[in-house]
Amino acid sequence: MADFAARGETPEILFWVGCAGSFDDRARKITKAIVRILNHVGMKFAVLGTEESCTGDPAKRAGNEFLFQMQAMNNITVLNGYGVTKIVTGCPHCFNTIKNEYPELGGSYEVIHHTQLVQQLIDSGKLKVEGGEFKGKKITFHDPCYLGRANGEYEAPRRVIEKLDAALSEMKRSRANGFCCGAGGAQMFKEAEKGNKEVNVERSEEALELQPDVIAVGCPFCMTMMTDGVKHFNKEDNTKVLDVAELIVQANDL
Amino acid sequence: MAYIDNILFALLLVAGTVLFVRNVRKVRRNILLGREVNRSDNKPERWRTMIRVALGQSKMTTRPVAAIMHLFVYVGFVIINIEVVEIIIDGLFGTHRILGFLGPLYSFLIASFEILAFLVVLGCVVFLIRRNVLKLKRFMSNDLNGWPRSDANYILIVEILLMSAFFMMNAADYRLQQLSFDHYTVMPESAFPISSLLAGLYGNASPDALVMAERFCWWFHIIGILAFLNYLPYSKHFHILLAFPNTFFSNLRAKGAFTNPENVMVEVKAILDPSFTPPPPPETPMRFGAKDVQDLNWKQLLDAYTCTECGRCTSACPANNTGKLLSPRKIMMDTRDRLTEVGENIDKNKGVFTDDGKSLLGDYITAEELWACTSCNACVQECPVNIDPLSIIIDLRRYLVMEQSAAPNELNMMFTNIENNGAPWQFSPADRLNWATEA
Repeated sequence: MADFAARGETPEILFWVGCAGSFDDRARKITKAIVRILNHVGMKFAVLGTEESCTGDPAKRAGNEFLFQMQAMNNITVLNGYGVTKIVTGCPHCFNTIKNEYPELGGSYEVIHHTQLVQQLIDSGKLKVEGGEFKGKKITFHDPCYLGRANGEYEAPRRVIEKLDAALSEMKRSRANGFCCGAGGAQMFKEAEKGNKEVNVERSEEALELQPDVIAVGCPFCMTMMTDGVKHFNKEDNTKVLDVAELIVQANDL
Repeated sequence: MAYIDNILFALLLVAGTVLFVRNVRKVRRNILLGREVNRSDNKPERWRTMIRVALGQSKMTTRPVAAIMHLFVYVGFVIINIEVVEIIIDGLFGTHRILGFLGPLYSFLIASFEILAFLVVLGCVVFLIRRNVLKLKRFMSNDLNGWPRSDANYILIVEILLMSAFFMMNAADYRLQQLSFDHYTVMPESAFPISSLLAGLYGNASPDALVMAERFCWWFHIIGILAFLNYLPYSKHFHILLAFPNTFFSNLRAKGAFTNPENVMVEVKAILDPSFTPPPPPETPMRFGAKDVQDLNWKQLLDAYTCTECGRCTSACPANNTGKLLSPRKIMMDTRDRLTEVGENIDKNKGVFTDDGKSLLGDYITAEELWACTSCNACVQECPVNIDPLSIIIDLRRYLVMEQSAAPNELNMMFTNIENNGAPWQFSPADRLNWATEA
């Protein structure tokens, strides 16, 4: 972003990578898939790089409102400083936080999730998608809570998957009734409370009942949870966990 | 002596109404102990939400059997209450079936009431079976032990009794009409589709006995309704009234949008923005987050009174489904129980709450429950009357973290990481762009 500013240019969109997308080994691959799509369609985009900082989502869900608002206001200062108007995120948590919780604190932007961007690119004809290796494969989509219930977006990822000529197969609990992967509400960063099962095991079990070739996700935390869950059942050879962006990139060799 | 019935009736009616109004005002006072929150914006959308969710029961449809049975009871209950208008007029003026002059329309109405009443009984019987014979999981959980489980059964049994009284009243009336007794004007048999079948139960009872039975059922029905009305504020059944305001005052924002508490905003702005002039501090500083019911907002307290303990929230909760202690339904029931306790405290202490050393957090809801939540919004989505248990969970977490520094240790480490290096993990901010240079 700083480079754009130095050249006096404005990118079409700011790609908010997120902490997982920047630091988590597996999620970095999702980040790169999103970048390949953006490059492929020739969209002028920027990232904040080292100027990006946690949106504050995990702090807020855990009840640390001070820390959240400190993070939010600092990020807003950076974003407003660059005159950012449109943001795409690779994470539904960043998406939800910036879209819904930043405006009251002085940061109003048009925010979309990367699955929404991909869908828009397909709809506008900028991105041509073929099924490639996923043609006819059974894919089930696990709704991220913060994209689905939290923001009512159930269709964009599904419409993208359908473009792959794949057999989209729904779990018993999907869309508004989708079952959490277990990572939200800052659970990602702590041990689960005492119980008789891990949430991600419960959810992965449900997904594996369909015997899918791919469990598609749209969130780096769901990615971690579902990948661990599939491993728990020793099914990693039969069922891959992939982000919607990765599906597009792999199918079309982007 | 001729008017003793009418006077007695009028007294009962006034007493029942006065008592009910008094109880409702008490509930209203309790709800208004909550903090302010603006839910009066966008009225058209609020009306639409209320019509769709409360009147149209749109969120019930996800469970079809319960939805249909509930629809029977709901429609029956609302429409049969038109009959109460007639009962009140008859009771006050000593008339008998005053609306009878409507002729065929009246017969049609009574016939409709009977069919609806039959559906109400059917619904209630199915509900009793689901609770007591099939023992559906969400009705068996520990949340409902004791009074709440009995409350549910009492409601269903009373509704069956009220409807039975209605049938037996009509059956006696029908019999008396057949006997052309006194003022019992003959109505067509089709007006009594159910009760004509039940008339045989009276055997060869004399007209006097039939009149007695008819009167008994009439009084039972109206006294039952007045008693039931006054039972409502003490019961989960209060939802039949509160569902309407509760959906009207729904949160219309995206479910993922959590509030940004203003008292925190003031503090943070004071640190970050040199040009910010903080407002004068309030006389009693407002807690960060919620420890007790008074720290919640009034809509959260209205939610608690509206909850009918159906347990859809808990049955959808990922934490509860995997054996954790959290149950969103219990969060609502605890909030209501504590609020009732606070209300009684205020009544006892001449209108002023006197510290009883208890609070919602700790004495009712434990930290372990709160830390099990994944904030996935499944409970909020499920609730057929738009209750939001998640907002209460978050407000209580806020108190734990900001007032007590009582977060689990791993979360404290996560906070420290965000503070120090702008990410929940211990990575250097300088490495944020490393992905761009990887293959």
